Amino acid sequence: MSRPAHRRPEYHKINKDLFVLTYGALVAQLCKDYEKDEDVNKYLDKMGYGIGTRLVEDFLARSCVRRCHSYSEIIDIIAQVAFKMYLGITPSVTCNNSSRTEFSLILDKNPLVEFVEELPAGRSSLCYCNLLCGIIRGALEMVHLAADVTFLQDTLKGDRVTEIGITFLKKLDEKKYRRKK
Amino acid sequence: MADAALFEFLHTEMVAELWAHHSDPGPGGQKMSLSVLEGMGFRVGQALGERLPQETLAFREELDVLKFLCKDLWVAVFQKQMDSLRTNHQGTYVLQDNSFPLLIRMAAGLQYLEEAPKFLAFTCGLLRGALSTLGIKSLVTASVASLPTCKFQVVIQKT
Repeated sequence: MSRPAHRRPEYHKINKDLFVLTYGALVAQLCKDYEKDEDVNKYLDKMGYGIGTRLVEDFLARSCVRRCHSYSEIIDIIAQVAFKMYLGITPSVTCNNSSRTEFSLILDKNPLVEFVEELPAGRSSLCYCNLLCGIIRGALEMVHLAADVTFLQDTLKGDRVTEIGITFLKKLDEKKYRRKK
Repeated sequence: MADAALFEFLHTEMVAELWAHHSDPGPGGQKMSLSVLEGMGFRVGQALGERLPQETLAFREELDVLKFLCKDLWVAVFQKQMDSLRTNHQGTYVLQDNSFPLLIRMAAGLQYLEEAPKFLAFTCGLLRGALSTLGIKSLVTASVASLPTCKFQVVIQKT
């Protein structure tokens, strides 16, 4: 070959596709294993949680995030650093309440559904990307922040954008949000 | 982009969860989990094969296809080339990776030898799926003598 293999741009795409395709195969397998959409959703969330608890260390090792002093700062880092690093997109952020504990991440483009045109027949309640909610929830819990993370809008269900809602609950450890491991 | 990390985390979680879900106490249960993972790898391998640059699909002979898997596909998927490729020139190929990325996180040597096959099933399917898209029917198995070195055995099925 005249050019070194790793410099070919096509291979970046293959590498990116690998995660998306594997995720698709996983969802397909779970749909075979579980009849109810709620069970698939719960399983995806659980798997995501497991990934999130380990991913956060990988993230902190790769990025040089400074200490956060507010939930807004944390959400900004999730959107602008973490999402960009792992999925190549930067969701926009909105704050949904005056006490600044409820936020939304708005994804115009969702790489996870690149190869998915629509939900499978009879699976209208499936939260295809529920792994993401689990990942965010698991990662936050590892830095001692409890949060509810759910999908508020889903393009696969006919919405214009994908919206992930993050609601911070009572801090697990009062002192912790001043320190980052 | 840290895509490789995300895939590795997902793969590790899949091995843990699918195993727990599908396993029966007896040896039959173990085979079922490996075949589930292998099947998923096959689907992904087929899809990846379809995304390969067109000029790579015009191979002169079977050995070129295997060389392609060892270089281009392995680099695209694991950011490194396969370390060695051997063949008996009669349809059997042995691909050896001396530091297979999906085994790297586990302690080197013999401690996790029993666990290793679970971490190889998906990749066996991946190879089989990519070969399938390139027009070759095969059986792919993997063996580990000592982590993180592993060998993938590809046996071409003549139809």
